[in-house]
Amino acid sequence: MGERVALFVTCIVDQLFPKVGMAMASVLEHLGYQVDFPENQTCCGQPAFNSGYRQEARTVARHFLDTFANAERIVVPSGSCTSMIVHHFAELFHKEPETLERVHAMEKRVWEFSTFLTEVAKVEDVGARLDEVVTFHDGCHSLREMGVREGPRRLLSKVRGLELREMQPAEECCGFGGTFAVKFAELSGAMARTKIDAILATGAGTVVSVDPSCLMQIQGALSRAGKSVRTMHLAEVLASR
Amino acid sequence: MTRDHILHRIRTALGRSAGQAVADPPPVRIRIAEVDREARVRSFTTRLEALAGKVYYVTTDAEARDLVASAIEGKTAVASNAPYLRECGITGIAGVETGITGRDELRERCAAAGVGITSADYALADTGSLVMLSTPREARLVSLLPPAHIAVVPVERLLTGLDELMSILPHPGDATSSMVLITGPSRTADIEQILVRGVHGPGQITVVLVG
Amino acid sequence: MSVEFDQKIHDTLADPKLQLAIYTSTARLKQNRINTVAAEVLPDYQELRSQANAIKKHSIENLDHYLEEFERNVTARGGKVVYCKDGTEVSDFVLTLAKERGARLIVKSKSMTTEEVDLNERLEHHGLESVETDLGEYILQLAHERPYHIVAPALHKTRYDVAEIFSQSLHVPNETVIENQTMLARRVLREKFLAADIGISGANFLVADSGAVVLIENEGNARLTTSAPKIHIAIAGIEKVIPRAQDLATFLKLLARSATGQLLSVYTSFLSGPRREGEIDGPDEFYVVLLDNGRTRLLPDKEKRQTLYCIRCGACLNTCPVYRKIGGHSFPWVYSGPIGAILTPQFMGVQHEPGLPFASSLCGACGEVCPVKIDIPKVLLDLRNEVQKAQTREKLNRWEKLAFRAFAWLMTHPRVYELAGRMAAAMAPSVDSRWISSVPPLMNLPPVRAWLSQRDLPPAPERSFREMWRQRR
Repeated sequence: MGERVALFVTCIVDQLFPKVGMAMASVLEHLGYQVDFPENQTCCGQPAFNSGYRQEARTVARHFLDTFANAERIVVPSGSCTSMIVHHFAELFHKEPETLERVHAMEKRVWEFSTFLTEVAKVEDVGARLDEVVTFHDGCHSLREMGVREGPRRLLSKVRGLELREMQPAEECCGFGGTFAVKFAELSGAMARTKIDAILATGAGTVVSVDPSCLMQIQGALSRAGKSVRTMHLAEVLASR
Repeated sequence: MTRDHILHRIRTALGRSAGQAVADPPPVRIRIAEVDREARVRSFTTRLEALAGKVYYVTTDAEARDLVASAIEGKTAVASNAPYLRECGITGIAGVETGITGRDELRERCAAAGVGITSADYALADTGSLVMLSTPREARLVSLLPPAHIAVVPVERLLTGLDELMSILPHPGDATSSMVLITGPSRTADIEQILVRGVHGPGQITVVLVG
Repeated sequence: MSVEFDQKIHDTLADPKLQLAIYTSTARLKQNRINTVAAEVLPDYQELRSQANAIKKHSIENLDHYLEEFERNVTARGGKVVYCKDGTEVSDFVLTLAKERGARLIVKSKSMTTEEVDLNERLEHHGLESVETDLGEYILQLAHERPYHIVAPALHKTRYDVAEIFSQSLHVPNETVIENQTMLARRVLREKFLAADIGISGANFLVADSGAVVLIENEGNARLTTSAPKIHIAIAGIEKVIPRAQDLATFLKLLARSATGQLLSVYTSFLSGPRREGEIDGPDEFYVVLLDNGRTRLLPDKEKRQTLYCIRCGACLNTCPVYRKIGGHSFPWVYSGPIGAILTPQFMGVQHEPGLPFASSLCGACGEVCPVKIDIPKVLLDLRNEVQKAQTREKLNRWEKLAFRAFAWLMTHPRVYELAGRMAAAMAPSVDSRWISSVPPLMNLPPVRAWLSQRDLPPAPERSFREMWRQRR
């Protein structure tokens, strides 16, 4: 293909989970894409937006728009960050018609990673192999704002050696919620513990998600509870050979 | 005056002026399924029985009468003034009080009775419901105060469901001060989510469809 | 957030009995709803939601018109409409009427609107006896508590709690069998129904083209409340009005399913005026009180007025992972759950409980189950912005404002951002790749401390992504 894709790795992947970004790049290159990393990138502004600081969120959003002005395809290893860009940037700039136009143009070019694979690259088998029993956590923004549900499962179904077990109850929030995790820490922790109960009940050794923030919450809770279940981003699973 | 004050606040908030016309509301959504009588009876029965109601389907008025007679044996019963109940001979069953037209007397008798017997204006197949309009023929309390309720209903009155009811009766308020849809016995799960029937309304409901 | 809010949340989280009660009750209601709106069971579900949303939108946007039509039709049927701006006017009306009629005993069916204005307290203060007749509400009235849930008010009470409440208030022997408790309440309340002078109800819907009040219930207490006494007063928020009786074909298909997973509630009453000529029973007098109590303050906001579409089904509570942990009494006002989180700040002002719009992970489950498609997460985000603006004005959030200003600056200066990241990583302890449960004092800022109170932190990676990327070239 040789088509170019730009990575927006997100601040959390850049600083805390760089291997997720490397895995994502590896999968995309394996599929024949030429991968760029615009160095000026930082953050989508979601933490400010979710905390009610729209002015500050706008500042960061503008920087994103500038950084990726020339990228035709932007791939993001996070459903919630993608949602911020494609759903909430427009809200931020509804009073600035010119910027709003740039936002609308941008909305068409930004893709959550698993959606990019299934809808743009149109692949489900990326040649991965991982001998693991996994369970999949549906991050709330990915699920409800981006409609990501079947895509990751189809991708996982093609990973050789992988067995997927679904959690019960499914589709319940892990309790991260951005600044919620620290503003309402005890509550967030209680929600996390309910989530890891569901995870442990599956008997899976690995939890997979398309949202690094969820994975941070879940792994943090698992680790605190002394459990050996680990977390992997979907990109890391798909990069496994 | 509060009325004018509130209406004024509303109009200001909405940017409307007094007496301003309104655009048409979204068209009413009524979808009536085509369901034959047999299927309607089956559906009604399944639905109401799932709610612990009892349903009988008989062909003649006489059968209906016999059914009711055995159901109320040994109990005191108040029957509404529905002409249909008289036609079926139900009002003639021993022990059945009927023809009450005074409010206080009706309340007293219903409060003392073990069973309330009524007809119904309609029944709804898709939910297992009875539709009862308050009229000189059907008082409200007969289907409400006694701990058991028996309704005897000509099967022609069994509609497919709520949509059909609302298309036949778009303005229930024209006909009555009270239209009630009764779907099963009175119930609550307010304590520990444990289901208990017969809280305030009847805990037992029996429908006899005739025809 | 206020200390009070924090404390109530903590107390609820720390109570295992409560946790179990809330979680299992809501789990049942949540699943029941799913069973009855599943695509195979109700293929029209999404269409019905859209229709319900459209009807509510139209009704709210033309509220004055429909209230006036409603009023005309109530009057034409021999009833009377009374507009009240707040709880004082409501109780003044009821008290005046009661005095004129020599009324002493009132029976009430469930109405969150009357909870808003503490109606019972006001009436009792003036010597009237006002008895709640819904079983859950009756129990709470005896216990002097507020409802825990919009639809299941006594969700937090066990049978043992109820036994104690009944034996103390009704002077009866301790009875723990639920069926017997229910029958006891039935006996006591029946006497009240038959002796009451006035019946007060709420209203699920006010039907403009019929001048009718629609009441939806399972027990029969609303029917008795509105049929036995000679006077019926329905008290409803102005936002309850819908244009046509036929619109019930849409709403009734959604309400009971969303609330409890029933196809229809046991009793759906359509009440239009006092009893007609020839009707044997029913009230002689019929009043509808239209209550503002702050609703008109909400109306101007085009984005947030959708809050008024609510039909009080409780589905959002049952599905909310936050409500299912903190329960109804953690909320500062009578409305709890996601709808409470957006109603309360708009009625009481955002400073009433500034933490409330933030007590959400914005998971979006509420918006997904709302039968009238209120975009609750969007309203929550709007309210967060309003809280921030109010607090910035009052200079209550200096540090947080500064932090987010710094955040915005950092995120628009990539080199500094990168440097800051490297510095933080250098400070953080990192023993192999294990997650961290404590950090050096310099790093132990409040957010870090809060995080670590519940879970571990990831270890700082050797290199950031951008460093790794650069190095692979």
